[in-house]
Amino acid sequence: MLELQGIHKTFNIGTVNEKKALVDLNLKINDGDFITVIGGNGAGKSTMLNIIAGVFTPEEGKITIDGVEVKKKKSAKKYSSVKGNANENEVDSAENTVVENQEDNSTVLDITKMPEYKRASMIGRVFQDPMVGTAANMSIEENLALANRRGKMRGLRWNIKKEEREYFREKLKMLDLNLEDRLTTKVGLLSGGQRQALTLLMASLIKPKVLLLDEHTAALDPKTASKVLSLTEEITSKDKITTVMITHNMKDAITYGNRLIMMMNGSIIYDVSGEEKKNLTVKDLLLKFEQNSDDEFANDRMLLS
Amino acid sequence: MVFLETFLSGTNQGLLWAIMAIGVYISYRILDFADLTVEGSFATGGATAAIIMTLSKDFVKQGSVQGVLMAVVALLVAMILGGLAGLITGLLNTKLKIAPILSGILTMTGLYSINMLIMGLGSGNVKANLGLGSVGTLFTKISEFMPIGRNWVIFIVGLLAVAAVIALIYWFFGTETGSAMRATGNNEKMAKAQGINTQGSKILGLALSNALVALSGAMITFQQSNATNTMGVGSIVAGLAAIIIGEGIISGKFPFWVRLISVALGSIIYRIIISFIYLAGVSPEYVKLLTAILVVVALSIPMIKDKVSKVSRKSKKDNNNTPTGSEDLANKENIATDSDVSEELRQATTQDGMSQTTADEDTQLAKEV
Repeated sequence: MLELQGIHKTFNIGTVNEKKALVDLNLKINDGDFITVIGGNGAGKSTMLNIIAGVFTPEEGKITIDGVEVKKKKSAKKYSSVKGNANENEVDSAENTVVENQEDNSTVLDITKMPEYKRASMIGRVFQDPMVGTAANMSIEENLALANRRGKMRGLRWNIKKEEREYFREKLKMLDLNLEDRLTTKVGLLSGGQRQALTLLMASLIKPKVLLLDEHTAALDPKTASKVLSLTEEITSKDKITTVMITHNMKDAITYGNRLIMMMNGSIIYDVSGEEKKNLTVKDLLLKFEQNSDDEFANDRMLLS
Repeated sequence: MVFLETFLSGTNQGLLWAIMAIGVYISYRILDFADLTVEGSFATGGATAAIIMTLSKDFVKQGSVQGVLMAVVALLVAMILGGLAGLITGLLNTKLKIAPILSGILTMTGLYSINMLIMGLGSGNVKANLGLGSVGTLFTKISEFMPIGRNWVIFIVGLLAVAAVIALIYWFFGTETGSAMRATGNNEKMAKAQGINTQGSKILGLALSNALVALSGAMITFQQSNATNTMGVGSIVAGLAAIIIGEGIISGKFPFWVRLISVALGSIIYRIIISFIYLAGVSPEYVKLLTAILVVVALSIPMIKDKVSKVSRKSKKDNNNTPTGSEDLANKENIATDSDVSEELRQATTQDGMSQTTADEDTQLAKEV
């Protein structure tokens, strides 16, 4: 389980361009969840994913991953921090310590301050821009080999093992894009859709605790987009990967996943799952959106979808 | 005879400078980091090698293998100091978020003083240059044991060194760490998302690059029997020239080791050209200007080629269109059937296609020239 607690993120603090991107955001992502995220421009959707991924550090709040937090072992430290000042969140999150719970043997990892590349061992990501997720000058197999070492020590062994190639070929076959025979092709020669499918494969090659999809089909043509979406469904359901997917397409938001959240002005205004979510219609969502929004609604991109 | 000598000395210089060019290739092409540290670290390598040979003079028995070993130690220490210089640039860039170019310039500027300090070690004073005439170098020490001239020693040692460096670099960039470094230079966002410590990659890459540059500087000091504080000035441009000439030799899809060899060849060709410029009586002061112009021209070739091909394509099209236009007029009297029109269209398009291929051939010719 991944949990966001009281996250605040503001850009350009102290300038005229100050923008509160996230305001007291709280979200519990349960294992196995497939959450679709909708919301207008500037609602904080991407910022939320970037906070989870570690691209940004929040000013306030904390991010924990896996299990239930128990403060037993940390009690001594906690007291001292309380004595010092009330800013215990800061002190708490300064270290990425694993706190063990003797009673139910679950572990909690505070990852608020963990650098992005270290978090990558737990988090898979696919970006909106198909060019971002892969290295264009490297071959398909080299890209996959990089992904296959996510979160592992990179030493002076050869970058691709022989048996890995067979494994990659098998995985690529699943994409059904005829990439399995083009292992040594440079990724820069692939189309946007192919690159996005490859990025998806790379993000899930080592099963992540959470897979973050930031409008990963928005830059593709409709046919490719639906292909990539069904691949997403296939991969995530097969390995039961916990997923958070931002989309601008409300139909997709309803069709995919078991849970839907709507964001506005940096917080979650609607969180629905199970049967209730299944019965949603685009009209319901638009209405919900209208109820909560101010004048900005008129020129919002959501209207168009 | 003069011709052959010039050729050999140019080749020798090219071989020794090739190590530097490969170092620049790592930062400039693989890490995508325009690193100016090399201007300083090249001289650091030279200064370090010179001071070690000078200070060890009294402890090494003349005419023994010890001298050769000491020279090898000098090369290794030069590499370590060069690597440290790269490390500092890397730290400035990644930890203090100073822009790549500025990080390099800052380190380079600092090295200017450090190099003089290094050359002044043991003399209680800073020095702007240090001669090795009476001390001897790797090449003179080896030639004491060999029945061949110093120039041939340089050639053989240089060739072996370049071969070793290429092999080592080829191997390294095939390893997990090396390919993580390539990914960092190619797409940093992707590298981070795949759990690569991109800051570490950059720091390590810059250290590696500058270690090679310093090795090259030390070799050049041995070749010239002299280290100076300013020996690195303009070296970045020389390195870029070698890379560009090398890429001119092999354009297209080639494995990495061929690319490395092409950089080395580029360096050799560049130095041979420079040697013949000297031979032609051009004074050394002008050579740097010539080099700069050469590199500017080489760097602008892709842009010029693009423009030229666009212009030629356009003019060819215009030429083609005029006759078809007049034919159209001539045909106007006959009632053209649909099939005629399509036939004509097809002809027009094929002609167009042909003109495009000729335009491509033109640019290819231009490139070869």
